[in-house]
Amino acid sequence: MTTLDQPAAQPAEKAGQADKGRLRPLPRRRRDMALFWFLIPGIVVLLLFHYIPLLGNVIAFQDYQPYIGILHSPWSGLDNFDVIFNGDEQFLRALVNTLELTLIQVVFVFPAPILLALALNSLVSERIKKWVQNVLYLPHFLSWVVVVSLFQQMLGNDGMLNLFLSAHDMGNWSIIGNPETFKTLLTSQVIWKDTGWGTILFLAALSRVDHNLYEAAAMDGASRWRQTWHVTLPALRGLVILLLILRLGDALSVGFEQILLQQQGIGLENSEVMDTYVFNHGLIGGDWGVSAAVGLVKGIVGVALVLGANKIAHLFGEEGVYRS
Amino acid sequence: MTTLSPAHPVRRRPRKAYSAIPGETPGSLPWRALKSLILLVCVVAVVLPFLAIIATSLADADQVNKAGGYVLWPDDVTFSSYRALLSGGLVSKAMLVSIGVTVVGTALSLVSSIMLAYGLSRPGSFGHKPVLMLLLMSMLFAPGIIPSYLMVKQLHLVNSYWSLILPTMFNAFNVIVLRSFFMNLPKELLDAARIDGVSELKILTKIVLPLSKASVAVIGLFYAVTYWNAFFNALLYINDAAKWPMQLVLRTYVVNNATLSGGQVDIAAGAPLPPAQSLQAAILVLSIVPIVIVYPFLQRHMNKGVMVGAVKG
Repeated sequence: MTTLDQPAAQPAEKAGQADKGRLRPLPRRRRDMALFWFLIPGIVVLLLFHYIPLLGNVIAFQDYQPYIGILHSPWSGLDNFDVIFNGDEQFLRALVNTLELTLIQVVFVFPAPILLALALNSLVSERIKKWVQNVLYLPHFLSWVVVVSLFQQMLGNDGMLNLFLSAHDMGNWSIIGNPETFKTLLTSQVIWKDTGWGTILFLAALSRVDHNLYEAAAMDGASRWRQTWHVTLPALRGLVILLLILRLGDALSVGFEQILLQQQGIGLENSEVMDTYVFNHGLIGGDWGVSAAVGLVKGIVGVALVLGANKIAHLFGEEGVYRS
Repeated sequence: MTTLSPAHPVRRRPRKAYSAIPGETPGSLPWRALKSLILLVCVVAVVLPFLAIIATSLADADQVNKAGGYVLWPDDVTFSSYRALLSGGLVSKAMLVSIGVTVVGTALSLVSSIMLAYGLSRPGSFGHKPVLMLLLMSMLFAPGIIPSYLMVKQLHLVNSYWSLILPTMFNAFNVIVLRSFFMNLPKELLDAARIDGVSELKILTKIVLPLSKASVAVIGLFYAVTYWNAFFNALLYINDAAKWPMQLVLRTYVVNNATLSGGQVDIAAGAPLPPAQSLQAAILVLSIVPIVIVYPFLQRHMNKGVMVGAVKG
């Protein structure tokens, strides 16, 4: 019989010899097998819907024909990657739009929860603070379809805002369905939906700041701004870097559902991003191989970005996402 | 020791910080007023759209038509839009589909996530390392849209409700959260049960789960919200309009502004269809209501650090 690793098990084993009627502990291997059964449904789902599809990316190297399948479709080497290497016009457009949106969102969306958290943190009344938080968290739990619908109902050409404007003879403000304002619209939707939720992590970090630091700073004559700059913001630095790394890893994914829902009427010129390119070319256009190739490259670049950004964070002496 | 402490310990007031609130010294009055104003604007920006669509969905046809489409406060409350949508027809069907998928999906997700999390909660057990790697790696490498679609098609799940559940059954992050909670349970308790020969299944159901009700509930709610909100998978896998969940109905009739015809809502013969805006607003409200119902339960746990703790390590 294998011995158990827990020290508590030893007396039990001795007792087992004296008292044969008691159940004896299962040997370690059998116990672990029992635990292994719990993993089976998880393993099956992970393999079926994650790792086997991951292998399915081989169609990026094939001239994939849906009716003959992956096993019989002819190989085509790197032909499908031509759109990337030779810079196909539609592909480049999607890439440029994606990077542009990422840049806009890092500049405007990323700091929003930090500012909101600072404002919330300095509210005097705990009750009002809780109340405001509860209201502002809600949009995070709505689907993109609901958010887009709400925006249309409010800001659309027949929406509330324009109804109000035309009732007061102030003309019409075309916000939705207008290619020129599309990126602004997307950005404001993201801000509306997730800024409140984004404050959670920052508020948690702020609540851990040692209050003595403020006291000491005030004693030394630091003004409010000085306190924010030298005490509050440094406390958020690690978290900000962590979240920036995660955002960077997602640099090539910008609001897929959100954009897909609103592409109609905007035109692809301003609205096509990487994910919608894969969707529109592959599943709608039937260009399976090319869109799988683009999807694959996008995935690889994403992983490389996360690993690279993590490395850089380590170089700067920050925790980053993980440490091996 | 006990004899020394008084029967009613005097509660010490926490030492006063430098300012009225612990933290930064409060700013000047105009600055604070500006901050409150900004917060107020944020709150109004979130609340106003909800108020408008609820009011529009409840207002009667005359008021809506006179206002030109939207009202902020209904003069007469009428439920005719909801009655038209929910007494059979497309939207009632979609509600049923969404509720069904959410309930079944959440149950399956929760059971399998708990099993996976518990199975991975003892480092060194058989298969622990490779399966944990499998789970963690799945967060890093996503299979991509096209291969996922081909897999579901290969399994003949297109147009089946299972396609809305199985591919998104796990959220690796949720499993990790549960696992770290299970690992933090007092070891002595579980070891004692194991020594007494209690089976792992019994330990899980009789000891571990009752101790982690709150975390399991939160994870369950997160799964439920995800299932209710799932849009893209339904767009991808469900082509048959009779099987649409709410999110697809919402996209077609609200986002894309398709008109609901008399055949798609059930109204008494000859009765006028409620105004289009009211119907749209009512569809929107119907797809938000379940979220609002579970929201208080969600936020009660949100700040307790269930998520934060997991993110930090």
